[in-house]
Amino acid sequence: METVNYQNFRIDAENICVDYNGKVALYDANLRLKPGQICGLVGMNGAGKTTFFNALTGFVNISKGKIRINGESVRSAQKDQTIAYVPQNEGIDSQFPISVWDVVMMGRYGSMNIFRCPRESDVQAVKDAIERVDLTDQLSTPIGNLSGGQRKRTFLARAIAQRATILLLDEPFSGVDIRTEKLISELFIQFKNEGKTILLSTHDMIHVREFCDLVLLINKTVVAYGETSEVFTPENITTTFGGISPDFLFGPES
Amino acid sequence: MELCSFLTLDSFITDPLTYDFMRKALLMSSLVAAVCGFLSSYLTLKGWALMGDAVSHSVMPGVVVAYALGLPFSLGAFIFGVGSVALIGFIKQKSRVKEDTVIGLVFTGFFALGIVLVSKIKSNIDLHSILFGSPLGISLSDVKQTIFISLLVVILLSIFRKDLMLYCFDPRHAKTVGINVVFLHYLLLTCLSLAAVVGLQSVGIILVVAMLITPGATAYLLTDKFDNMTVISVLSAIISSLIGIYVSFWFDLETGGSIVLAQTFIFLFAFLFAPRYGIFKLKKLFAGYK
Repeated sequence: METVNYQNFRIDAENICVDYNGKVALYDANLRLKPGQICGLVGMNGAGKTTFFNALTGFVNISKGKIRINGESVRSAQKDQTIAYVPQNEGIDSQFPISVWDVVMMGRYGSMNIFRCPRESDVQAVKDAIERVDLTDQLSTPIGNLSGGQRKRTFLARAIAQRATILLLDEPFSGVDIRTEKLISELFIQFKNEGKTILLSTHDMIHVREFCDLVLLINKTVVAYGETSEVFTPENITTTFGGISPDFLFGPES
Repeated sequence: MELCSFLTLDSFITDPLTYDFMRKALLMSSLVAAVCGFLSSYLTLKGWALMGDAVSHSVMPGVVVAYALGLPFSLGAFIFGVGSVALIGFIKQKSRVKEDTVIGLVFTGFFALGIVLVSKIKSNIDLHSILFGSPLGISLSDVKQTIFISLLVVILLSIFRKDLMLYCFDPRHAKTVGINVVFLHYLLLTCLSLAAVVGLQSVGIILVVAMLITPGATAYLLTDKFDNMTVISVLSAIISSLIGIYVSFWFDLETGGSIVLAQTFIFLFAFLFAPRYGIFKLKKLFAGYK
């Protein structure tokens, strides 16, 4: 086997463990992703999907193992604005008094000065990002007045404005309209062509087959990982979901 | 004589201004209200109302000890304010007791300690003014301290205005883009302790939490823009203070209570008649007449 060049991997998580006050949420998890790869993260509720995201963004500390982002530490990835996290719709306070523009501008905060005064380039980046998610007519709309799909696109725009090369998306397709779903699918293809790396969690098995080159099945630890065509088998899915047959989960395959 | 004065609004407002202590009370209370109102938007959005209650009560022993030792009371209050939060975090982490229970038992414990200390340390501490505030009897050294702390809090909040907004809204994103959320957490906590200290002079320890949450809650009902929310919060806090002091002057009422009541009435007004979020949406009512 050839020697591994860590620089080649956008994400390289090695045997990571996370525990909350002694309660193990994730153990011995491994993940390696290269530029341009889209990976689906599949598991039950409480299987450690969000914990995995939190570990990669540095929101929780890992108790064991190692995470390298572009060969560097998570901390320097934070400084370099490398990773963007797109939260679940339920994960944000939709009544917060803030507009689409303000949310997307938050994608630029990390690279602004301490007062977070937007420069010309920041304003342009925000404009472009909002245009890409087709929300230009909603610039000053408070996020509370948006539909679920529009809100999802707002947070995608924030990730675009951030110019992150790694996108972590928590349930990007849940609770969105057809139009948004189509737009997100198109964006995924563009991101892939731009060489961005995407890790997305989803409950929808059809989306995994449709978009994901790779799939990571987890249940507190990695159940299976590899090319979707090889790994995403009924047996593996059954193991991931604790013995429940995939037919029961998403109907018999047609 | 009082009745005659009511005949003109002019004298209602100007008569109290002839007294030095009233001018001072009006100025200082407005300043304190502005500081608490500014912070209030963050606390209500972050969901820290209970935390505000806890910190403001917990500063009590700090104030008493500082008075007894002749130190600036803000220092003592600050130490006990932050200390209470640290203790809450520690007990929560090390036990199975739920957070709201921990908050409740820690701040009442601190508060009780303060009351016991007052009864033991027989100095010139006026328990009544600590508990209920004494904006009319504020001393010169208190004035200096209040101005200093107020300016400090306003400067800190102004510098980190946007970061704090992001921290309240989406701390995970803040962390992901390399913003120091631990710092922001303690910054907000520090400002909370300091605001509680200046606020207690106006309305007293028991009611200071109202200064820290009511203006923000009122503003939250009136706008969908964060900046507007801050402005409305500050203005409603200042107006309440002025109304409270005037009313307490003319009707001989407890000043702190009057200020908080004025805030509550403004909130109720917003609750009923806010254009978008009120019970009777004013916008809709007016739209009917167009």
